[in-house]
Amino acid sequence: MARAVSNNRKALNTAIAWTIGIVIFFPILWTILTSFKTEAQAIADPPIFLFFDWTLENYSVVQERSNYMRFLWNSVFIAGGSTVLGVLIAIPAAWSMAFVPSRRTKDILLWMLSTKMLPAVGVLYPIYLIFIKLGILDSRIGLTIVIMLINLPIIVWMLYTYFKEIPGEILEAARMDGATLKEEILYVLTPMAIPGIASTLLLNFILAWNEAFWTLNLTAVKAAPLTAFIASYSSPEGLFFAKLSAASTMAIAPVLILGWFSQKQLVRGLTFGAVK
Amino acid sequence: MATQHSRYAARFMMAPAVILLLGWMLVPLTMTLWFSFRSYLPLRGGDQGFVGFENYVRFISSSAFWPAVITTLIIVGGVLAITVILGIVLALLLDQPMWGQGIVRILVIAPFFVMPTVSALVWKNMFMDPTNGLFAHLWKFFGATPVEWLSQASLPSIVLIVSWQWLPFATLILLTAVQSLDSEQLEAAEMDGAPYMKRFWFMILPHLSRAITIVILIQTIFLLSIFAEIFVTTGGAFGSRTLTYLIFQRVLESQNVGLGSAGGVYAIILANIVAIFLMRIVGKNLDA
Repeated sequence: MARAVSNNRKALNTAIAWTIGIVIFFPILWTILTSFKTEAQAIADPPIFLFFDWTLENYSVVQERSNYMRFLWNSVFIAGGSTVLGVLIAIPAAWSMAFVPSRRTKDILLWMLSTKMLPAVGVLYPIYLIFIKLGILDSRIGLTIVIMLINLPIIVWMLYTYFKEIPGEILEAARMDGATLKEEILYVLTPMAIPGIASTLLLNFILAWNEAFWTLNLTAVKAAPLTAFIASYSSPEGLFFAKLSAASTMAIAPVLILGWFSQKQLVRGLTFGAVK
Repeated sequence: MATQHSRYAARFMMAPAVILLLGWMLVPLTMTLWFSFRSYLPLRGGDQGFVGFENYVRFISSSAFWPAVITTLIIVGGVLAITVILGIVLALLLDQPMWGQGIVRILVIAPFFVMPTVSALVWKNMFMDPTNGLFAHLWKFFGATPVEWLSQASLPSIVLIVSWQWLPFATLILLTAVQSLDSEQLEAAEMDGAPYMKRFWFMILPHLSRAITIVILIQTIFLLSIFAEIFVTTGGAFGSRTLTYLIFQRVLESQNVGLGSAGGVYAIILANIVAIFLMRIVGKNLDA
């Protein structure tokens, strides 16, 4: 409902909105700033905002002491692997729901979404037990599969809504011209679906990156991703604010940047199309 | 029209996703149900046989149950109230013309992308630490005694942390709804001299009611199972043990699988009650 308003009114809006925006963003900003301080400056009273001796020391210390790169690699492997795997499984399913709907399509879709609502803690022990029996506790593969499964409903759902937007006439035209099913998918559908697939990959990568129930409960040392690495700072290392900040900044930076690109997908992916 | 051939192909293509999700749902669920009727203590004697509904009765009658229910209600209710009310205010504000709207939007949405363990730890140490946290500095500046947030006021502190994480979600969805509001109607009402509060109550709020319902339902499902925020901040101490956390402790910490599984079944039923309402709205939208 944007409409023309006086500049005064606009200035007032701007001032209020920016103040609130900065307050909400402040914890992140403060973490980033603190990561460049020395430990003494990080806990200085009164707090120092900008005029401290900027240093990169914390970043190198975090890497040396905890082998940060290993946790980062675990996060990349698990989040990336689960998302790509999920999308590969979901594409054919979403394709058939969008283009060859049957009476049961809607029920299947709703049922898939409902599996997303299953509280993880309710099935914690069975999964834990299965993991022990299969010898995949604290393994990247096991975690990748679990996270793929918890995000699969959202992936199917998002792809379905994107595929739905592709006009069916184009597919029919391709069929008229004698395209086989394979050609139809490869040459007609895929190019048009790429933006939707990319958005789906993006949002689900973020969700997988930040997942913090299974990653905390199913990993120990070997497969722990960044969520678990940060949790290990709980105490007493957490009292070294500058190092905690450096570790935190490194853990959230990649996804913060990706997140800015995925604002729109957030609404589509997490409201299941109930808000348009 | 789809041919018979493409119908078979469609069913075939749907199979992997359906089978995987079916397995993911049925296998652990069946196991949880099975364990919930047995006395099963992996570290103290293992599986000691069928006990009927004893675990279900014991879970509810344990002294930890009702406090956990109340804690859960306070956290879910508190976060919902804060995020929905502030979300509406923020959505209406962000919809107004201003300079640098895109940047403000990014600032407001950013917390959603911070991993739960990071936001919990940053709040716990850098803001709520009673000696070196920013809040402590602030309290001392005004001559007050710093509060030991996570032990003296554990619930409000956790509500604050979780609200900070979820406010972006509520704002973004409500903003989407606000933007679909018919501006001509609103302008007409303004011309007719309807004051802002009247326009808000009788035009804007009813328009937002569906989006608000959805925010409440989706957040409830996610908030019922918050885990990392409690794991990192208090570990369930100081009255911050939610139902989810209680079940986690029964299952993994005290390794009483039978009891924990009974709790798990309660949690699943509870989540399903909320999910039914949500699915009804989503289903209606699929028809449209």
